[in-house]
Amino acid sequence: MDYAALASIICAAFVVAFGAIGPALAEGRAVAAAMDAIARQPEAANTISRTLFVGLAMIETTAIYCLVIALLLLFANPLLA
Amino acid sequence: MTSPLESIVLFRLGPIPVTQAVLVTWAIMAILVAGSVLITRRLTLVPSRRQSALELIVTTIDIQIVETTGVAPAPYRAFIGTLFLFILVANWSSLVPGIEPPTARLETDAALAVLVFLSVIWFGVRGDGVGGYLRSFAAPNPVMIPLNILQSLTRVFSMFVRLFGNVMSGAFVIGIVASLAGLLVPIPLMALDLLTGLVQAYIFAILAMVFITSTLKDGRPATAEAVPDPSQKKKET
Repeated sequence: MDYAALASIICAAFVVAFGAIGPALAEGRAVAAAMDAIARQPEAANTISRTLFVGLAMIETTAIYCLVIALLLLFANPLLA
Repeated sequence: MTSPLESIVLFRLGPIPVTQAVLVTWAIMAILVAGSVLITRRLTLVPSRRQSALELIVTTIDIQIVETTGVAPAPYRAFIGTLFLFILVANWSSLVPGIEPPTARLETDAALAVLVFLSVIWFGVRGDGVGGYLRSFAAPNPVMIPLNILQSLTRVFSMFVRLFGNVMSGAFVIGIVASLAGLLVPIPLMALDLLTGLVQAYIFAILAMVFITSTLKDGRPATAEAVPDPSQKKKET
C-alpha cells in the first residue's frame, strides 16, 4: 500500500478544512465591522466598502495559500514523483 | 482531471512551446489594442457615445487612483489602467466556452507580478532618484532594511499567488461541478466567478498602485511630509 499518496490526500483535505477556519472567522468579523460602520455613517459607504473589499481579499489570501498547498500536495507532490 | 499547475503545450513555434494561456493572452492583447486604437482614432470635444464610454472608464480609473492613494493619477494611469483592463478581460474570458482564463495559470500571474515589481523600481527611481529609492528601504529606520527587502519580494509573490489562486479555484470548482452535475448547475458559480474576477482585477491594480506610492513616500526626505498634498484637495470636490 502506498502510504505517501494516502497521507498526502488526507493532508490536502485537512489543509483546506483547517485553512478555511481562520479566514472565515476573520472575514465575518471584517464584514460585521463594516456593516456597523455603514449603519452609523451611511454617507461613507463607498469608502468603507472599497476598503472592505481590499481587506477581504487580503484575508482571503491565507485561505488561497492553503488551497495552493493542497493542490501542490495533490498534483505536484515531490514525494510521489 | 488535469492538474491546474501544469500547462499543456498546443504547438511549437520553432524552439518555443506555445500553450493555450499564451495564445489567449495574445488574443486579449490584440483585442484590447485594436479596441483602443479604434475608439481613440477620432476624438472630438463633444464626445460620441463610444467616446463617452471610454471617458467613463478612464475617469473611473483616475478617481480610484486618487481616492486610494491621494496622488495625481496622470503618470500611473496608463500602467494601472492597462493592468486592470487586461486582468479583467482575462478573468472574464472564462465565459467564452472552451477558453480557460490565462490568469488561472501561474506563469501569466508571475509575469504580471514581475511587471509590478519592476514598475515599483521604475516609478521609485523616476520620482525620487536612485538615492531616494534606496532610502525607501531604510524607512522608517535603518533597522528595517532586511525586512523591507524581504517585504518587497514577498508582497509581489503574495500578489501573484492571490490572483492565481482565486481565478484558478473559480475555474477549477466550475470544472468539478460541471463534471458532477449537468448543464445548468454551474451557472450561479459562474456568476460568482464574474464578481471574483472583477474584485481580483481591481485589487491587483490597486495594490500595485499602493506599492508604488508607498515606495515614493518612503523615498522622500522627511521634510516633504509636512507639505500638504495638493491632490488631497481634489478629493473634496
